[in-house]
Amino acid sequence: MDLKIVLSIIISMVFINNFVLSKFLGLCPFLGVSRQIKPAISMGLAVIFVMTLSGLLTWLVYRYILVPLDLVYLRTIVFILVIASFVQLVEMVILKKSPVLYRALGIYLPLITTNCAVLGVTVLNINTFFINGKAEPASFALSLLQSFFAGIGFSLALILMSGIRERLDLADVPHSLSGIPIAFIIASLMSLAFMGFNGFRF
Amino acid sequence: MKGLLKEFSKGIFRENPIFVIALGLCPALAVSVSLENALGMGLAATFVLVCSNFIISGIRDIVPSQIRIPCFIVVIASFVTIVELLMAAFSPQLAKQLGIFVPLIVVNCIILGRAESFASKNRILPSILDGLGMGLGFTLALSFVAVIRELFGSGEILGFAVNKAYLPATIMILPPGALLTLGMLIGLTNLIKSRSRK
Repeated sequence: MDLKIVLSIIISMVFINNFVLSKFLGLCPFLGVSRQIKPAISMGLAVIFVMTLSGLLTWLVYRYILVPLDLVYLRTIVFILVIASFVQLVEMVILKKSPVLYRALGIYLPLITTNCAVLGVTVLNINTFFINGKAEPASFALSLLQSFFAGIGFSLALILMSGIRERLDLADVPHSLSGIPIAFIIASLMSLAFMGFNGFRF
Repeated sequence: MKGLLKEFSKGIFRENPIFVIALGLCPALAVSVSLENALGMGLAATFVLVCSNFIISGIRDIVPSQIRIPCFIVVIASFVTIVELLMAAFSPQLAKQLGIFVPLIVVNCIILGRAESFASKNRILPSILDGLGMGLGFTLALSFVAVIRELFGSGEILGFAVNKAYLPATIMILPPGALLTLGMLIGLTNLIKSRSRK
């Protein structure tokens, strides 16, 4: 596997095409869970975990079930079911094995099912690493890499945002802008800053 | 009859999915680069919303409440697939521009939100009207954002130049412009609401 491809996927997923700030995927949790740093970190970890494993599962399902059976057009339905049942499974396992972890992550897990970033990354994997239903070389490893770093990018944006919003509580914001509107304006400035990475070339 | 009309009209302004309840933001921002994309996305989402509300309201007494969410998602995902295939067949250009956001209608919070909070509790006719109203409210809000972005970002509306001498502010059609526009518009909605309450 070419190091150049690996690096360009990492930089692109974390900075240039950051899922939240330049592709607008996963905005609801981005605005909902970014009031404080601590829950933002938990949510970020949960998203990284779910995204990576969903990327893995959906790749396997697509490659070994949908493509051989010629059911590629059922992609959306199958993927959302895989993700939803996987999240449910993770929730049950965590509840049974580690109640402490459950208290930290538990309430965020159901939210992740409807997080468009997760479905987004799985569809993106298929779009980039399969050409006419044929897997590209090393597409499995690259899909996994892309899912993992998309999760990292999401968490980075979320945690940065929560840091800013904690400070913002002390600021004097005009009444009609307080809450979600000001969060959007901040996100806009962050997105502007992230656009600065556009010049990276390999 | 009046009640039905109310179900229809609430989605358009009073409970507008984007400006008031702030749901379904992801597609709203991503596809609002031009009015054409916004209308395509809005109509696709409206179609899914109306059809899924119809089916979900019809099966609401059969589905056990523990597994209702997965059932709703399957219904929604089926209609999204229909839209995806139809769009690819009849308007490949639009399908290409909306790209990944067509399959992502599945996880648009408005659709599951309406299924859960309205269609699973109400009869079929009000549910259809609710879906139609919410869908049109979504389309309207999306077009509003898109018109602002297209006008300032490329100096055009639906591809027609408004003022040839205008130097476009490209930032408006880039991601930061979308976030800024939406933030300002939600702020404006809040302002209007607090004024009218006084």
